Amino acid sequence: MTTPLRHSALHSGPLLTAVAALGLVALAGVGFGAVSLPLGGVTRELLDHIPGITLDSGLGERQAAILWELRLPRVVLAGFVGGTLAVAGAAYQGVFRNPLADPYLLGVAGGAGLGATIAIAAGASSTGVLPIAAFAGGMVAVVITYALGGVGARRSANSLILAGVAVAAFFAAMQTYVQQRSSDTVREVFTWILGRLATVGWGEVMAIVPFFAVMAIVLVVHRRHLDVLAVGEEEAATLGVHVPRVRIIIVLAATLGTAAAVSVSGLIGFVGIIVPHMLRLVVGPSYRRLVVLSMLTGGAFLIGADLLARTVIAPAELPIGVVTAFVGAPFFAVVLHMGRMQT
Amino acid sequence: MIAVIALALTACSGAAATTATTTVAAEAAFPVAVSSDAGVITIDEQPARIAALSATHVEMLFAIGAGDAVFASDLYSDYPPEADFLTKIDSFNLNVEAVIDLDPDLVVLTFDPGEVVAALEAVGIPTLLFATATSIEDSYEQIATLGAASGHVAEAGRLVAEIQEGLKEVVDDLGDAGSGLRYYYETDPFSFYTPNSSTFIGKLLGLLGMENIADAAPDEFASGFPQLTAEFIIDADPDVIFLAAGGEDLATVAARDGWDTMTAVKEGRVTVLDVDVASRWGPRVIDLLRAAAEGIGGLE
Repeated sequence: MTTPLRHSALHSGPLLTAVAALGLVALAGVGFGAVSLPLGGVTRELLDHIPGITLDSGLGERQAAILWELRLPRVVLAGFVGGTLAVAGAAYQGVFRNPLADPYLLGVAGGAGLGATIAIAAGASSTGVLPIAAFAGGMVAVVITYALGGVGARRSANSLILAGVAVAAFFAAMQTYVQQRSSDTVREVFTWILGRLATVGWGEVMAIVPFFAVMAIVLVVHRRHLDVLAVGEEEAATLGVHVPRVRIIIVLAATLGTAAAVSVSGLIGFVGIIVPHMLRLVVGPSYRRLVVLSMLTGGAFLIGADLLARTVIAPAELPIGVVTAFVGAPFFAVVLHMGRMQT
Repeated sequence: MIAVIALALTACSGAAATTATTTVAAEAAFPVAVSSDAGVITIDEQPARIAALSATHVEMLFAIGAGDAVFASDLYSDYPPEADFLTKIDSFNLNVEAVIDLDPDLVVLTFDPGEVVAALEAVGIPTLLFATATSIEDSYEQIATLGAASGHVAEAGRLVAEIQEGLKEVVDDLGDAGSGLRYYYETDPFSFYTPNSSTFIGKLLGLLGMENIADAAPDEFASGFPQLTAEFIIDADPDVIFLAAGGEDLATVAARDGWDTMTAVKEGRVTVLDVDVASRWGPRVIDLLRAAAEGIGGLE
């Protein structure tokens, strides 16, 4: 916790590394897939769309359609969803001073799951109503968590976590009930629960970008407050931080981003836990760096995981949640073993 | 000299083209607009590479003479025997790019695991999406649509007529031996999700004049598959039981606690149905209905 000042200062090294990693993974994500697109052609095609540059990519009409309608939106969506989950996880861990906090802590997942399941049982298609129902369900669950946990009052963050546990369990039970009573929807519900980044066109990307922007701005602005909160509530208060207010602002921002991510991609686990912890091992616990680095690295991580998901067993496709958990769970075990879990 | 040859060539190719057009027109006209759950699509030419990712629709396509054009199927397609040699694609974990890579000119699906139809549309591959049939008419409609889409309209019409006649024949053969009998149709021996009369199989067996015990169970989300309990089934005391889940037979059912008290078990009217035939709504529904009628007894 007593990080020397020089460590907290913003070094450009890790930042540049993260940006470069994101760029490389994104290029790989665009270039590789069940249909192989020539990397040179892809690069030229992308450059061609920058105003003032005209290049002949050499891509065929169908290849260009795959690139612009399927591949690129999917990579960009994975980037935003991964970045959102990672930074929301980092923020939750800071606010609640709990290394196990993940973006689904306050019941977003349970609420969104119920919303999505009801929408599927009612016959909604995968697009349109489903994301809205999931978003609404997630927000309702979090509001109930707040009502039960009493953030406004000067109660401990633990009461909020416990309220989240109760709400999540209750919503999960209701979701299971609806699913049980509507057995023909089981497959679709599971497809959603395991997470999916299948997207066509830019609708989902456009849906998440505003929420991501709000969350990113709030968290970047409050990144120093997160460092102060990490020291402890009493200490933060003596340093002049209005703990309950700062906490609710940060948690609301992170929750809003998470709900948007869940509504477009289902439940993708572990990103919010492993990415921030991995970064803490590399650059230390300061949120001044962690916030921005989490967004970049989370995006790169999920783009990479999605690349695995759609290539490992091609021509079939693994659910993305299976890949992140498959990588995430062993990683988590290693981190635990090293005993270097830091909040 | 050159002009004469050129003229002759033109005349030749012209004649050939006319003949070809006439032949095709007698069979089916392309471009053709067809409608399915994926919306209305236009198919410009007779498909030569069909990816039919559904066992039911593979059976339908082969039955209407479009089997030659089918090159890929889902993992479960095993009928007719030619289906074993098709490229197999996991239709429930579908990787849409992999499908595009196979370069199909028509894709048939029963389940969209997420934006697959939209993705295929985006790259210009015509796609038909058929939900699980919930009536025999649904099945006929899907056959007709496949006929139009594959250029086998006349065969599709003949197949529908054949199925209609085949079903009627079974019903006539059985007479009123089934009327008033109460049946339990088992698709799930573990949690007893059971099709009621709003499902395809419920309507098909309804042709035999029987009543479905699952109709008395609540189904508030109208899934067509209410969940029963062993108590409910024993209490309903069906006269006939059909087993369509695989791995179960009269002996295993009789061995379940309390089940030997049921009329169907006591009288031995427990029929094992072919799992694949029972779960598809293609041309083999005639076999399915005949197997069910034989289970009731009273067939000549």
